[in-house]
Amino acid sequence: MKRFAALSALLLFYSFAHAQDAPAVVVKRDVSPANTEDARMKILEEQVRTLAGEVAILRSELAELRETKSPERSSGPQVLLASARPEPGVLSPSSQPAAAQVVQTQTFGGASGNAKLLNPDISLIGDFIGTAGRNNVSPSPSLEMHESEVGLQAIIDPYARADAFVSFGETGVNVEEAYVTFTSLPAGLLLKVGKKRADFGKVNTIHNHALPFIDRPLVTNNLVGGEDGIDDAGFFLSRFLPAPKNWFLEGSAEVLRGDSAEVFQASRRQDVSVVGHLRAYRDLTESTNLDFGLSYARGHNNNGSNFLTNLYSGDATLRWKPLRRAIYNSFLFRTELVWSARDQFSAALPSLLQTEHAFGMYSSAEYRVNRRWTVGGRFDRSGHATDARLTDSGVSGILTYWPSEFSQIRGQYRFGHLATTPTDFSNANEFLFQFLFVMGAHGAHPF
Amino acid sequence: MPRLLTKTRFITIAASVALVFALLDPLMGSADSKIRIMTATTDLASLAQEIGGDKVDVESVARGYQDPHFVDPKPSFLLKLSKAELLIVVGLELEIGWLPPLITQSSNPRIQVGAPGYFDASRFARILELPTGQVTRAEGDVHPLGNPHYWLDPDNALRIAKGIQNKISEMRPNDAAYFAERYDAFAQRLKQSDQQWQAQMKPYAGRKVVTYHRSWPNFAEHFGLNVVGYVEPRPGIPPSPQHTVELIGQMKRDAVKVIMVEPYFDLKTPNSIARDTGAVVVVLMPSVGGEKEITDYFKLFDYDIAKLKKALDETH
Repeated sequence: MKRFAALSALLLFYSFAHAQDAPAVVVKRDVSPANTEDARMKILEEQVRTLAGEVAILRSELAELRETKSPERSSGPQVLLASARPEPGVLSPSSQPAAAQVVQTQTFGGASGNAKLLNPDISLIGDFIGTAGRNNVSPSPSLEMHESEVGLQAIIDPYARADAFVSFGETGVNVEEAYVTFTSLPAGLLLKVGKKRADFGKVNTIHNHALPFIDRPLVTNNLVGGEDGIDDAGFFLSRFLPAPKNWFLEGSAEVLRGDSAEVFQASRRQDVSVVGHLRAYRDLTESTNLDFGLSYARGHNNNGSNFLTNLYSGDATLRWKPLRRAIYNSFLFRTELVWSARDQFSAALPSLLQTEHAFGMYSSAEYRVNRRWTVGGRFDRSGHATDARLTDSGVSGILTYWPSEFSQIRGQYRFGHLATTPTDFSNANEFLFQFLFVMGAHGAHPF
Repeated sequence: MPRLLTKTRFITIAASVALVFALLDPLMGSADSKIRIMTATTDLASLAQEIGGDKVDVESVARGYQDPHFVDPKPSFLLKLSKAELLIVVGLELEIGWLPPLITQSSNPRIQVGAPGYFDASRFARILELPTGQVTRAEGDVHPLGNPHYWLDPDNALRIAKGIQNKISEMRPNDAAYFAERYDAFAQRLKQSDQQWQAQMKPYAGRKVVTYHRSWPNFAEHFGLNVVGYVEPRPGIPPSPQHTVELIGQMKRDAVKVIMVEPYFDLKTPNSIARDTGAVVVVLMPSVGGEKEITDYFKLFDYDIAKLKKALDETH
């Protein structure tokens, strides 16, 4: 533990030292040699006098400025600038970056633009879900405003940007993610610090509204902590790795507090969890690509500090999107496999300590039929982390309609063959529908 | 039995992995003499190539036949971006759906927004269709900073090229004279070509046309075309039957005979409008590389003007 702390401290220090080359602020102390109060008073008096003088000068300058500005304001310089034809070389930010900045804001912004200049990009994504049908094992409400996710994103300073997603749900407010990303680290490192969805497989990293289905696969619910998944506070470090030609390799190492929904629980401060992820990507053609991932997560579970949960996962994605027809047709196939090894008291013999091994997977496919319609299907199968004798399976079909890029309407049929005891099953037949809408800043599309 | 040990061991392993990442040699940023430039679109790549000559390596993220609003941020671009010294973007939120994550994940400090290697070409261009008043998405996927399809205007190309010249001269002061020479040659060629293009288009001044998306305001203004309608009811919204009917009525009233379409849009609606109105659908390339023969900025206008002329002649 100590070794780790020292190491991460070293790493952080190293990063910051590189990132912030701004001059350190030197505190100047006017050390007055005089010890007597008189001398101090005199110095103070002098300072007040010089300050008063400066204030007078500033006041007169301000008045001057006001006089020169006021007639200009009425003539509406923004419009003029916007339609003015700048000659080549008139704007040369290389020689005068500050001046060019001013010109730009006046040309493109306007008053309202200026007012918002330093605000973060703000967005809100509303996610309304309705459910009909029968499910005796894990019923969900008929109608719910499942979540309203507020996103705030901004560049913090020349060395970092930050992203925060706060989700207002039916049960309360949850900081889904809030992290700073240091983009100017040496050696090609990318460090994120804060709370974030861990890079464990694919579906764990995707926000609810960006999922290809209304719900999450059974394996997420049974083995990887449910809707919130592995979403925890910590350090997230990643880097591209040297790779054979035409391959892209990226490794991530993450150290988290150890509290993630139902999957990890830290009883002591030392009970941190770790996540490792390796991603391999390759373009087959300009429209087809393959994406593979291997993930590992390790943390302590709710039985206590001596009880570990190890998760292993492999994922594969095949994408096809012809560039000329990108907005009309695309196809995606994805499968994810998860193995869970959980230390616990045996489900069959509660007096026995054992490691429960469970396996789960899903395979899904989506096809964009045209600009407005997407169809998809998913097959699910997963054991329970706490009792591998219980295995659920299911199939889903989904239809998505996009009125525009900023809203979508979906219907999903879901059949579940859900285990209630090692020998008994309950069938669930459900129809889910969803309305999603996006306000505000145009977010990036997930890939 | 639950395994007791190994907490420290595992953490040490994780930390060592992190350390290995850190120590893996930073091969990037070697003192290669060529400036590695990435651009968002092929047109900017062509301009950078014109000015940089053989002192630069230029590559574009988007292809010329691809809708520049919708590009997948593939990891394969990350590798290229991670090595770039200069990133030239169209700006005005054209790339907002795909470029920001690429920039962040490239973990390349040189091309982060605001860094010296981040070059927003829109700052040099003359921008049209600046929205006035309130901007809402009731108008579709509007660009609050103005129309980002500004590169289809040779005057803007000249301004951007000048900006690129200044930028790369700053990066390689030793080659400044070379870049200045190349800019002058480029400016001269472009002015000459532009005179020819203008002369070719002169007979059609004031002709009314319809376009699919609002990609052509600068082009239309430069060559004196009059864009009177759009196949899209609003930017980014697919054609609707009601709007199509209205557009057909308008085209009949105004005797509009040419529909200009970008290569990445479906031709079904434009073709059916053309059938109803006796107009001609002409697929024009908004970017370099839209067709194999369009290898640079000059050939882009050669191609588009030849096709447009033919369509305008046919429907006279």
